[in-house]
Amino acid sequence: MALNRKIEELREKKKQILLGGGEKAIEKQKAMVKRTARERISALVDKDSFMEFDLFIEHDARDFDMDKKSLAGDGVIVGSGTINGSPVAVYAQDFTVAGGSLGMMHSRKITKIMDYALKMRMPLIGINDSGGARIQEGVNSLAGYGEIFFRNTISSGVIPQISVILGPCAGGAVYSPALTDFVFVVDNISKMFITGPEVIKTVLGEEISMEDLGGARVHSELTGNAHFFASDEEECFAQIKKLLTFIPRNNRNGAIAVEAREPDGKFDPEKIVPDDPTLPYDVRDVIRAVVDKSDFFEIMEMYARNMVIGFARLGGVTAGFVANQPQEMAGVLDVDSSDKAARFIRFCDAFNIPIVTFMDLPGYLPGVDQEHAGVIRHGAKVLYSYCEATVPKITVILRKAYGGGYIAMGSRHLRADFVFAWPSAEIAVMGPEGAANIIFRKEIMSSDDPEETRGKKVEEYRKKFANPYVAASRGYIDAVIEPGETRACLLHAIKATAGKTVKMIDKKHGNPPF
Amino acid sequence: MEDKDTGRLNIDSTIYTTRLSRKFLGRKPWSPADPGSVVSYIPGTVLDILVKEGQAVKKGEDLIILEAMKMQNFIKSVIAGRIKKITVEKGDRIGKGTLLLEIDPD
Repeated sequence: MALNRKIEELREKKKQILLGGGEKAIEKQKAMVKRTARERISALVDKDSFMEFDLFIEHDARDFDMDKKSLAGDGVIVGSGTINGSPVAVYAQDFTVAGGSLGMMHSRKITKIMDYALKMRMPLIGINDSGGARIQEGVNSLAGYGEIFFRNTISSGVIPQISVILGPCAGGAVYSPALTDFVFVVDNISKMFITGPEVIKTVLGEEISMEDLGGARVHSELTGNAHFFASDEEECFAQIKKLLTFIPRNNRNGAIAVEAREPDGKFDPEKIVPDDPTLPYDVRDVIRAVVDKSDFFEIMEMYARNMVIGFARLGGVTAGFVANQPQEMAGVLDVDSSDKAARFIRFCDAFNIPIVTFMDLPGYLPGVDQEHAGVIRHGAKVLYSYCEATVPKITVILRKAYGGGYIAMGSRHLRADFVFAWPSAEIAVMGPEGAANIIFRKEIMSSDDPEETRGKKVEEYRKKFANPYVAASRGYIDAVIEPGETRACLLHAIKATAGKTVKMIDKKHGNPPF
Repeated sequence: MEDKDTGRLNIDSTIYTTRLSRKFLGRKPWSPADPGSVVSYIPGTVLDILVKEGQAVKKGEDLIILEAMKMQNFIKSVIAGRIKKITVEKGDRIGKGTLLLEIDPD
């Protein structure tokens, strides 16, 4: 056979496989407003940059007449490409082929690309769209999931891992995304749950739709499993590309710095925060007032809104921002907000991203439900992650810094490298009202006019302690600054801490209160 | 901050003006557990009722067999007393938190 005949043969074979599950299955996929796996990869990576591996993989199942069936690529497409010119490894499950079900060879394709991503130290992006385990393949299918989870875990903190949920992702399959750094979901397309609506109906008699059980909104607002919510696939891919501009390709590199840009003039730091500590404002405007181009890329926007996390640049350098949000639940620390902040801090620390904290919180949320939901151990995660982080830690106290909340939010005592405070900062064990009620209890109770005495004592306490100067007199704050100086101070701190070196005590790993 | 969902939150005697989350607004008020009310802690099917109304029971005595999650769960009395009322029947499929029976404590 002449070479050109062989080339013809190769082209013919490829053409067959590239059709995936065939035209009918593709039509069905389109009817669900979903792109095919190949279209998704094309939309995600730089044009013509994708190099596919293992196109000719075939499944090895023998039972239930599976040996008579051919499954194109065994239902998953894997390979490497570039995004914004940087290398990435990608896999995309193909729902048009046997519902994207995971059999042994399907999982081997995924684990091969995972091994490759880890060895080459490049980000891994997994596009999930699968009915779950291929039941005909039995325990081999379960083994496949286990092999994926193992690689997700050993790669954690070495390469950024991104999961994109573009279809069902149910049962054991959900645990791969859960182990990764960022989970992207799309409204009406993503579905994640351990047990589906049918099982719940049989066992519990409760009827619920897939969307209400584990749709994109549920995971973005209620469970905290998802980090980015998009209304369609296109928006989702744009979010992934933007995220990748902020983060490094692995733990030995820093994020790529870009040219420094000034913030927009429309955010004036002096005019955002009300003087009265009980009044709300949007802390994201304070972030926008000080970062390059006022461009703040928020993560987990809908979940535990009382805590704001995300990336922005300071003088071209990526920084991770953690901020209390006074306009939501007064910006308290609680179970969910602690969890949200702690995992983000650990991501930043693992990937050499400086952490900037904006503090304005009244303390922890009181309530039986919070105590019983374990606010002690969840709150401890914030302390642990700040203490453990060796990346530059820069804290700005905007207003309230009360009690345990003050300690937890990146205080000097947890080894912040720079602590700045605005003149509006109030660093105290609690707010003036609560403190006066305790300290002056006897005087208030024995007074002829308790309310008047209470008012006076609250004012007395406010004058004495509700300011940054007591903390500054002990060196817990490095500088009391004007709001308008914040950007300059942050730029200084980012430059000053660029060479920060901390030797940690030699140990296998710590034991954070997961 | 003129949103309709703007609320008030009291932390250490200070009242803050702020939005309240859905989770916060939807939380269930806590009430102490009543040892005389035996409630299902898991949904399932009442396989057998081992006691009768008026019968005296000891602490730790089996009351009901509840089949749930492919297991036979023996529901035991946490107090000594007399069965006041049985509120389910053999074969009933019940949800979590259903009252099974009431006991008058000794």
